[in-house]
Amino acid sequence: MTTVEEPLTPPEIGGIGHSLKRHEDARLIEGQGSFLDDLELPGMLHMAILRSPLAHARILGIDTSEADAVDGVVAVVTGELMAQHGLAWMPTLSGDTQAVLATDKVRFQGQEVAAVVATDPYVAEDALELIVVDYEELPAITTPQQALADGAPVIRDEKEGQEGNLVYEWEAGDAAATDAAFATADRVVSLVTHYPRSHPAPLETCGAVADVNSVTGQATIWLTSQAPHAHRTLFAMVAGLPEQNIRIISPDLGGGFGNKVPIYPGYVVATAASLLLGTPVKWIESRSENLISTGFARDYHMEGELALTDEGRILALRVKMLSDQGAFFADAQPTQFKAGLFHVVTGSYDFGAAHVVCSGAYTNKAPGGVAYRCSFRITEASFLIERLVQTAAYELGIDPAEIRFRNFIQPDQFPYETPTGFVYDSGDYPTALTMALESVGYEALRTEQAEARAEGRLIGIGIAHFTEAVGAGPSRQYDIAGLKMIDSAELRVHPTGKAILKLGVKTQGQGHETTFAQIVASELGIPATDIKVEHGDTDNTPYGLGTYGSRSTPVGGAATAMVARKLAGKAREIAAHLLEAASDDIEMESGKLFVRGTPERSVTIQDVALAAYTNLPEGMEYGLEGVHYYDPPNLTYPYGSYVVVVEVDAETGVWKVRRMVALDDCGVRINPMIVEGQIHGGLTEGFAMSSMQWITFDEEGNCIGSNFMDYLIPTAWETPRFELLSTSVPSPHHPIGAKGVGESATVGSPAAFVNAVVDALAHLGVRNIDMPMLPDRVWAAIQSAPS
Amino acid sequence: MEVTVTVNGAAHTGEVEPRLLLVDHIRRVVGLTGTHIGCDTTSCGACTVLVDGTPVKSCTVLAVQADGRSVTTVEGLKTNGQLHPIQEAFSAEHGLQCGFCTPGMMLVGAALIEQNPAPSDEEVRWAISGNLCRCTGYMNIVKAIQAAAGAAAPGEDQ
Repeated sequence: MTTVEEPLTPPEIGGIGHSLKRHEDARLIEGQGSFLDDLELPGMLHMAILRSPLAHARILGIDTSEADAVDGVVAVVTGELMAQHGLAWMPTLSGDTQAVLATDKVRFQGQEVAAVVATDPYVAEDALELIVVDYEELPAITTPQQALADGAPVIRDEKEGQEGNLVYEWEAGDAAATDAAFATADRVVSLVTHYPRSHPAPLETCGAVADVNSVTGQATIWLTSQAPHAHRTLFAMVAGLPEQNIRIISPDLGGGFGNKVPIYPGYVVATAASLLLGTPVKWIESRSENLISTGFARDYHMEGELALTDEGRILALRVKMLSDQGAFFADAQPTQFKAGLFHVVTGSYDFGAAHVVCSGAYTNKAPGGVAYRCSFRITEASFLIERLVQTAAYELGIDPAEIRFRNFIQPDQFPYETPTGFVYDSGDYPTALTMALESVGYEALRTEQAEARAEGRLIGIGIAHFTEAVGAGPSRQYDIAGLKMIDSAELRVHPTGKAILKLGVKTQGQGHETTFAQIVASELGIPATDIKVEHGDTDNTPYGLGTYGSRSTPVGGAATAMVARKLAGKAREIAAHLLEAASDDIEMESGKLFVRGTPERSVTIQDVALAAYTNLPEGMEYGLEGVHYYDPPNLTYPYGSYVVVVEVDAETGVWKVRRMVALDDCGVRINPMIVEGQIHGGLTEGFAMSSMQWITFDEEGNCIGSNFMDYLIPTAWETPRFELLSTSVPSPHHPIGAKGVGESATVGSPAAFVNAVVDALAHLGVRNIDMPMLPDRVWAAIQSAPS
Repeated sequence: MEVTVTVNGAAHTGEVEPRLLLVDHIRRVVGLTGTHIGCDTTSCGACTVLVDGTPVKSCTVLAVQADGRSVTTVEGLKTNGQLHPIQEAFSAEHGLQCGFCTPGMMLVGAALIEQNPAPSDEEVRWAISGNLCRCTGYMNIVKAIQAAAGAAAPGEDQ
């Protein structure tokens, strides 16, 4: 069950299980990708955005006269002008509103105030400096605790009925059952931690090229979009444009990681400018604009308590979480779940009761709360439970691996319903952790750790065993802004047996053009290299909610398998006609359709494709194509066991990763090479957040981390080497048994790194160091340790 | 100012604004968009090109500073219809995902293996430490550069 199986198709077909080289590489290694900024249209103008230098201020006036007079400036757009068209505000993906260009107040540093459209991007930037904005500065609120304190200034005073700064309150689980379990507990262990604000920072920033034809009303908008179809619908709603006239094209994306899920004011202003001016308008944000204004991630203040027996059995979990949402609630969360899937915080463990209470507050910081390489706040949840379990191990004097084994959900308990309402589909957690521990040499490391401590050296071994909930999601529970989270695939097999597959999801580097072709190759036996995969253009692909929350393979991949199966059914009927047999007697294997028992009576899928357009049974509809919309019956639940070994320098607080062993189980692996690439990338982002990558603000709300010199991203020099392991317990409800993997490593690894550093200091009494574990924080923890 | 910049072997002469960045000159004047812009602060390396064979971040060089120089961009790696070994290796070793950092990474890698035909893991990591990648975690980039060095090493297939 836990071994990786051999592919069922031969290499020339290249179906599931083959580490096929990627189709998309050919253009990318020759500089022939088409990223947004590569697009040039005749007569195209360039837009730049003026942003607020203050975190909170009333706008008393905006003077654009000097900017208007600059040679080459075509228009200066303000909130007042947008308001005349009903576009000064827009809805967010989480049911709030957000200012497109500020009219009344600015609410965070970097907020959009005005835009210049000019014939040249340099000229547009020049003119920004000539716009004079008269601000009356207001006190800035930079923490959710300040925001919810009595007498705090109301940030969203424009919202009718908004009295304080509370955004939402939400809870999951059973308070009474949890209280009862705590009352019987031998021990209660608690942890207070802050998962700091981070930013996905894809290497390509966000942008738009809008081309609205004033005669036909056709609006073609190229967007850095992870969700082009959803964006089209929302554009229709925001701008009042008829949806059939809106075509969103999401070209090659230079990474996304959640940053390209929301709709940003710049997209709307560029579209409005194109509409008003009748010319194409390009807007590309700078790196600083990307970091200070677009979708941040995390910023969760968390308090967790575990009720345990003396033997280390978990009885219940109680969690209180306060999130810093920034000035606008612009998360892209499923409507029913205000804190995303944070309630998956019970993790990989079997216990009876949990209660999770969440609230969010407005602050004078950039909006976002996007799922950064994460399925809707699961990263924060996974971090909390894995840190809590580690803390419990120290408090109870039980080995951190052993306490996990004592509490794991067992393989025979699946499907397993958690106390907060998830139904985990499949897994074998004990095997995964056992394999990871054996690979790293856990027992020997504990011995070495003890010896090192005797010599005054610090070695730490950190474990994290995470369970993710991805692939949103079943329509009965999951929608964003009312749009159900289904996804789709359309498959057309041409007469020569070559095929084109069109997807509702959208790659940002995950390799869909290869892996989705492999799914079809497995189902129909058409070589993967004969299948072109299209995505991102809403005029040319079926509807879908896009790529984030590791939903491409669980939802779009399932749709692909299902549409291929529809075509396989018709292919059998055509083959039966060609072979003069009954369709029930036709079998398919690697592109060959043959009569059961007499394999020499066969045709190829290519023969069938030609016949679909030339030689059909009486009454059958021509063609070999179809579309499938997949509504998943459940989420999928990938998991993994990670073990990190660190050495900590007690004098400086500097820590170094000596080993990082990562076992991932994402069910069936479509392309093992690509899966491993996803894990490498995810582990690096986990390392980044645990070691250096965060965005902070000073008391006035100035963003610290507004460029790549202040916002530290690990280079190849700092990044550890990873050792990967795998098991494969298929998802029982997914057509090909796959679970999704793009985010697992980012979800699971931060706790492993923190647990490792804390483990190195645990004998001193250190129980927590908040991320990022900068050397000064580690050093301070050592200095203030109880013993 | 009039400048002549040779890009991938072809001379481009024309008037440029003195403040025009080399990356904008390459992308918007010469019209080669394989060179990308990721940060504006010389931090990310997406805009890396070779100037007279040396990796340079073209967002921090003015076009006028490249007057009389020879610039190689990703579009110039392929010669006589043959992919450069570094291009082959990036695909074979899955050294790219979104592909945005890839032109810069490949050019740094190509310059490295020109100087050092058998770079160690550490030497590769040091060489590419001015180039950020958000997708790959660098492991396969390092492998790709080492594989390209092996493929390009004299004597290997002679």
